[in-house]
Amino acid sequence: MSGRESILGAIRQGLGRGALGTAEKDALEDRIAGHARGIRPSRIDTADLKQMFVDYAAKVDVTVDRVASLDDVPDKVADYLAQENLPAELRVAPDPALDTVPWDKRPTLTVSKGASDGTHEVGLTAAFAGIAETGTLMMKSGPAHPTTLNFLPDTHLVVLRASQIVGSYEDAWDRLRAGEAMPRTVNFITGPSRTGDIEQTIFLGAHGPRRMHIVLVEDD
Amino acid sequence: MQESRTRNFIGNAREALDDGNLQQALDKMKSGFVERRLEARARLPEFDDIRDQAREIKNHTLANLDYYLERFERKVTEEGGQVHWCATPEDARQAILKICRDLDAKTVTKGKSMIGEEIGLNDFFEENGIEPIETDLGEYIIQLRREAPSHIIAPAIHVLKHQVAEAFYETHDQFDPDRPLEEPRALLDEAREVLRQKFIDADVGITGANFLIAETGTSVIVTNEGNGDLTQTIPKAHVVIASLEKVVPTLEDATTISRVLARSATGQEYSVYTTFSTGPRRPEDPDGPEQYHVILLDNGRSKMVGSEYQEMLRCIRCGACLNHCPVYGSIGGHAYGWVYPGPMGSVLTPSLIGVDEAGHLPNASSFCGRCEEVCPMRIPLPKMMRHLREREFDGKTGPATMRTGIKMWAFYAKRPWLYHALAKLKFRVLGAFGRRKGRFRRLPGGAGWTAHRDFPAPQAGGTFQAQWSARGGKRSVDA
Repeated sequence: MSGRESILGAIRQGLGRGALGTAEKDALEDRIAGHARGIRPSRIDTADLKQMFVDYAAKVDVTVDRVASLDDVPDKVADYLAQENLPAELRVAPDPALDTVPWDKRPTLTVSKGASDGTHEVGLTAAFAGIAETGTLMMKSGPAHPTTLNFLPDTHLVVLRASQIVGSYEDAWDRLRAGEAMPRTVNFITGPSRTGDIEQTIFLGAHGPRRMHIVLVEDD
Repeated sequence: MQESRTRNFIGNAREALDDGNLQQALDKMKSGFVERRLEARARLPEFDDIRDQAREIKNHTLANLDYYLERFERKVTEEGGQVHWCATPEDARQAILKICRDLDAKTVTKGKSMIGEEIGLNDFFEENGIEPIETDLGEYIIQLRREAPSHIIAPAIHVLKHQVAEAFYETHDQFDPDRPLEEPRALLDEAREVLRQKFIDADVGITGANFLIAETGTSVIVTNEGNGDLTQTIPKAHVVIASLEKVVPTLEDATTISRVLARSATGQEYSVYTTFSTGPRRPEDPDGPEQYHVILLDNGRSKMVGSEYQEMLRCIRCGACLNHCPVYGSIGGHAYGWVYPGPMGSVLTPSLIGVDEAGHLPNASSFCGRCEEVCPMRIPLPKMMRHLREREFDGKTGPATMRTGIKMWAFYAKRPWLYHALAKLKFRVLGAFGRRKGRFRRLPGGAGWTAHRDFPAPQAGGTFQAQWSARGGKRSVDA
């Protein structure tokens, strides 16, 4: 007997029944198709989800710049890199949502596009959603969104549009479900990488980015 | 399977109590986790209601476990991945080895996984000429020290920073031997530098899973360091090792449970990285693994379904029961002798490797009840430990002296008049000898207690039972 059959057999024996019948299977499929939400945290009953997102992000060591449009992104990025003493070299996600960013406004910035092989110090990606509940970003993989850019560069810059901010994780799932099929990777990211593995002291920059900065485009 | 040292629990515990470094490390742990969990709970008024819902989700899943596992497999296959059903640790090791051999793998990076410990994967890789590299900082430290983890979410919690430095000086001989490593930051930066190249060079990446999702064929990891994501993104193959009770029906179900996971574990609102992985990279993707495998391990869990220990299968490995356990806090994780320490281990270990092997563990509890109180999945851990104690007694596996002691106690306990008379006598005698000092440093026949702490002498006012009756046997002292 294969591992599969012996495991399923033992489970069914424990449950005191055979394989489920059609009606029971249909009921479980209905439950999946309905994918009902759990209890909704009341904290997201706020008039200003944008502010809530920024506040929770700040609690996990994320800095946020607010700008009026994508036109302002190069200035904010260049200023941030200068202020943090970082090289003015950017690896940017090949994302159509970022195509209209006028990088030549700041000629000192060197911009290349694509995934990261670990040689880039600063990466910039566009988020899929921002979740106010905990100041969390949702990123999905795809041709325009290399996952390596979320993890390999020391500094992770993120462009988030205010209209992408939702209350709960489930709100973000709904937006994903409304689009194409499930991507290979969905990353929920809440702040820069951290560890407490040496004597319980928290340090940022364990294996992923040491710092995370969001440019929030207020398109709302 | 990882070898068990559980039979020697009492000896292990004694050694742990006498280990100065360990006691220092445990002291550092004690308040942090507890306070941070309380604060996180206070910030989410729905916390306890979500715990109830999380419990119901898992109960529903376990009642239909066969269906959800088959559905999970179907979706993984549709997405281009493969599920390997493994009844035993040996099945799991062989399935993993075959994947690695097919890719001619030399090195394998690993995210943190308790299943990896359960199946003794690192030793097996080494025996087969493949280099395993633990990439979670805590796991990396204990891999260098050739130790097992002592906590399910903080594997190196028993290690002090000067011991980490010693391990790094010994292993990282590519660096200046006189470099300063006093500061944790320096240790972290060195580990980051060493492991960065390993992530890039690895042929296969292995992670655990916090959830498997039947709806989409997705595996989920919840981490803080980002090592799990680098492990599963860069190599040619991503191998997920997970036990079968990790499955839940939908993305929403996983999301609900995730709201109580980090809060219970570290007191964070949410862990830094919650990553949902579905199949291998798509043809048009610029990065990601070309292969996606899920090693689905049973190792005795299917036998727990329908048994009085089924509720243990709700466990989401947050570690809250360890963090709140006075026994764990005194002896740390290694004394428990197998993979899973603390209250959850005291129930899971005998269920997985047998009461014969692990009969001591359910006795390592004062039944204070804090584990059940903080368990996000509301697992009745004390009740199950009680059942296991009964099984150990019925199975006649405990030491003869203990069995005789329990029988004698039962004889008196069943005869209240005799019990009270003896308690009163003991109270008078102990009171007469010890009331002035208030405590005994030594007690005839009581060395098991007094070796590590004083025995309090009875104070004036009579036995507990006498005081209880004097107050009319009310439930509240104020009444």
